[in-house]
Amino acid sequence: MADMTVVWIILLPFLAIAPAWWIGRSNRLGSTAISVAAAAAALGALISQSAPVFAGDALVKSWPWIASLGLNFSVRLDGLGFLFALLILGIGVLVLIYASSYLSKDDDIGSFHAMLLTFMGAMLGVVLSENLLLMVMFWELTSISSFLLIAYWSHLPAARQGARLALTITGGGGLALLAGVLMIGHVVGSYELSDVLRSNATILAHPLYVPLLICVLLGAFTKSAQFPFHFWLPNAMTAPTPVSAYLHSATMVKAGVFLLARIHPALSGSPQWFTIVTGAGLVTLVLGAYIALFKDDLKGLLAYSTISHLGIITALFGFSTPLAVVAGVFHILNHAAFKAALFMTAGIVDHEAGTRDIKLLGGLRHLMPITFTLGTIAALSMAGFPPFNGFLSKELFFEEAAKFVEFADFGIIPMGLAVVGGLFSIAYSLRFIIEVFLGPKRESYPHTPHDPPMGMWVPVAVLATICVAIGLAPAFVAGPLVAAAATPVAQTLPDYYLALWHRIYARAVHDDRGGRARIWILPHSRGGRAATGRRPRPRRQAHNRSTSGRGHGCGEFCDHTGRQRLIATLPRVHDWHLPWPLVFWRSPSSDGKHGSVAPTPAPWMALLPWALLVGATVYTVVYQRQRLTAVVFMSVVGLVVSLAFIYFSAPDLGLTQLSVEVVTILLILLSLYVLPQNVEPESSGTRRVRDGMLAILGGLGAAALSWGIMTRPADSISQYYLDNALEKGGGTNVVNVTLVDFRGFDTMGEIAVLVVAAVGILVMLRGRRPEHKGLLSVLEEERFPVMLTTVTRPLMPLIMLAAVYIFWRGHNLPGGGFIAGLVAAVTLLMQYLASGLTWTNKRLGIDFVRVGAVGVSIAVITGLGALLFDKPFLTHAMVHPKLPIIGEFHVGSPAIFDLGVFLAVVAALVVIIRRLSEYQRDNFIDQTRREDP
Amino acid sequence: MISYEFLMASSIGVLVAAGIYLVLRARTFPVVAGLTLLSYAVNLFLFSMGRLKVGAPPIIGAQADYTDPIPQALVLTAIVIGFAMTAFAITLAVKAHVVFDNDYVDGKEPQ
Repeated sequence: MADMTVVWIILLPFLAIAPAWWIGRSNRLGSTAISVAAAAAALGALISQSAPVFAGDALVKSWPWIASLGLNFSVRLDGLGFLFALLILGIGVLVLIYASSYLSKDDDIGSFHAMLLTFMGAMLGVVLSENLLLMVMFWELTSISSFLLIAYWSHLPAARQGARLALTITGGGGLALLAGVLMIGHVVGSYELSDVLRSNATILAHPLYVPLLICVLLGAFTKSAQFPFHFWLPNAMTAPTPVSAYLHSATMVKAGVFLLARIHPALSGSPQWFTIVTGAGLVTLVLGAYIALFKDDLKGLLAYSTISHLGIITALFGFSTPLAVVAGVFHILNHAAFKAALFMTAGIVDHEAGTRDIKLLGGLRHLMPITFTLGTIAALSMAGFPPFNGFLSKELFFEEAAKFVEFADFGIIPMGLAVVGGLFSIAYSLRFIIEVFLGPKRESYPHTPHDPPMGMWVPVAVLATICVAIGLAPAFVAGPLVAAAATPVAQTLPDYYLALWHRIYARAVHDDRGGRARIWILPHSRGGRAATGRRPRPRRQAHNRSTSGRGHGCGEFCDHTGRQRLIATLPRVHDWHLPWPLVFWRSPSSDGKHGSVAPTPAPWMALLPWALLVGATVYTVVYQRQRLTAVVFMSVVGLVVSLAFIYFSAPDLGLTQLSVEVVTILLILLSLYVLPQNVEPESSGTRRVRDGMLAILGGLGAAALSWGIMTRPADSISQYYLDNALEKGGGTNVVNVTLVDFRGFDTMGEIAVLVVAAVGILVMLRGRRPEHKGLLSVLEEERFPVMLTTVTRPLMPLIMLAAVYIFWRGHNLPGGGFIAGLVAAVTLLMQYLASGLTWTNKRLGIDFVRVGAVGVSIAVITGLGALLFDKPFLTHAMVHPKLPIIGEFHVGSPAIFDLGVFLAVVAALVVIIRRLSEYQRDNFIDQTRREDP
Repeated sequence: MISYEFLMASSIGVLVAAGIYLVLRARTFPVVAGLTLLSYAVNLFLFSMGRLKVGAPPIIGAQADYTDPIPQALVLTAIVIGFAMTAFAITLAVKAHVVFDNDYVDGKEPQ
């Protein structure tokens, strides 16, 4: 009896055809009930077989049919067939329910059900056949029934054309497949899959291998709309949306990738397989995603994105590694879930708003909240955002593509194409969400939109739930199914673990992709606008104008994602990036070392500075509109940070932070001469709540990340630095030796950045000097407190001496060029503060911009000096002379390099602060003169 | 049970949260303040990659145990560069205020 179950699964839909058609002429509900019942019964029968399938068995049953031709009616239920049958029946049930609400009273629902059931049975036949000839027969039946379904609204010329095109391409591909299968039968001597799958070596060695491979692949590529046969699928979108959701997302187009998966053990393992399959997959991925970006018809957009996603799956089977195969199978499941949901969403929008042209839509989130929520989940899953299922399989895809970078000369190509395709897929997914649901509500829509009846949104909800469930608990929800389905394809399963978070490496690749997507989008919109002074010209597609409206969209798309206004864009960027570290913290990490280092107990006293820091930070936020107060709190934060550095064994950092703190506060106070000191709140309450939530999320993520890392064992490269600092670097302060010697190149770059920033500020604040000497001299008189002036002037040489001392001892004890430079700059700035610009400038008489240039030059020349002695750039040399009284000390190129650092730091700081204060003064004089001429 | 790691991680979290909130404000001054807080957070975070050790400065011969010097060297330059960035942002804010006669980050009042 159990043997017959598989046959029943195939037969049930066929048996329901006639009654559904007959009853459908008078009773819509009855017809739906019969169809759904047949599909559900088949689904039940399928699930009843799950135990042996998940155990890895293949249920095979055979009856001779035309034995002389090798054609037997033999069926096979293994993991792969199970997965596909599950998709066909599961999504089939949902589509049938959806269609009963979607189709209008005038449509002949009986014949619709008859065609859909025919198709369902044919698809089940394809995926459950053991005999290849039998499979080809069912394959052709799917082509014919899909032709009928696409042309369901046969009164529309476009529907008839689309159906004809689909039949021509897929039917032709079917013939090629038949030829390929006949050749396989000739080579192997049998059409039974059990024999064929065992004959990999025989087939690969046979002279007919290349022709039969090409024929089989033609069948797969035409069915799955792979480049260069991709064009039939968008034309088939004239079909009613339930048909598109069923055929063109979950089932028929998957027949091609099913064939690739099914035949993978027999035909893969050759360079030809890799080149053709991977090549077609990657090209399709990029091409489909690129075209999808410009489609204004919702279903057109989804059709091209389907093409693109099928490209991902094809490419994965082309990669052919066990993990790639697992990823491919997993993506088949994920794609079926989110894409069927998206097609149904598009259908709902079309049904309720009366159009599926993106340019006539927008702002629907208020009118159709349920649809908006479900559609957004599915679209984010398509884009590959966590925590949805699309993220998981896409991440695996990126990881697999990245592996080729190391192996082959051309290895960068798969990764490159994958990244480009990934960019586009994010873009068109966001476009789907933004242009349909977000944005302002329109004055009028072709119909008044509202959420659809339950029959239409419940199927979408089921699929969206699956997207989230797989995303959150992949190992639990989909793990066994994917493992069972991947086993017949990969033969041996790799060691893998499905989890929302894998490892940092894989994450970084993905993150990089997301990051670049934004970087790409933002300048794109600005550049286009700035260069032409108006919207970028709409781009037209060379083909397929029949199904799309006006081929426009990039400009509007960029308008939405890359808002001209920074304030609107920032939260969007943060939205997606902030909470991810949380995931990292919670999920079982691959190294399993999280929490393995016991935290260091802290004394109660440590709570005091901690509370000070937290309190001051919070008050900085609270008092951000009373700006002087906020500055005071910020300086407290800086102070505690300096203390923390000193306490945790980083005296150099503490000193640096302390000096920088002084200068920063000075700078901010200066800016408050121009900027308003107290302001009114500008953000709405909801906005503040929203930002607050984001901030808390981000803070939690950062804290979790820090905690997660600090409780892992440290594995540092620094032992080399510690071991060699004295011998090779000639100093005991390893931090300073690192700065001037081991990592001197970094330091050189950094002081260059500092000086460049100073010059940049000079240029930004360039302006004419007001000619109002009288007022200037009045300003300079009697404005300075006597005490401060009297104290700072004699203090200056003392502090300078201290700076020299700090500089000199820096190689061995905390100190060095950076800190000495900061200290010296602070003394100079104190003079300006106490005695005024004019007085100090007159007495100093130093061109600090030149000093900065000299500093950087010294550093560079010290480095170049090493080249004279045939040593690498920035190799240092030194001597250790002994002097009476002072004792041994060393003079060497590190000290000269550090001198360059010192000069650059002093110069940059003085230039920045002085220029800013001069600017304030000139501004003040200008204003005074305007008010009192 | 308080530990140094907890205190450090929570401080970083609070600084990041405050920084993000301020950076999202519509006026230039809180954005500068937020950037400053964020750079504190980032510096502490980078520093904590070398783990937290008390009384073990990386000065050879001073004691038996040394903390990791590399994050310290990186953070030291980061502090100075961070100052340059803050200075640049402040200058931009000042200049923008003079040019636009308001202190909104977009140069006009948000809608």
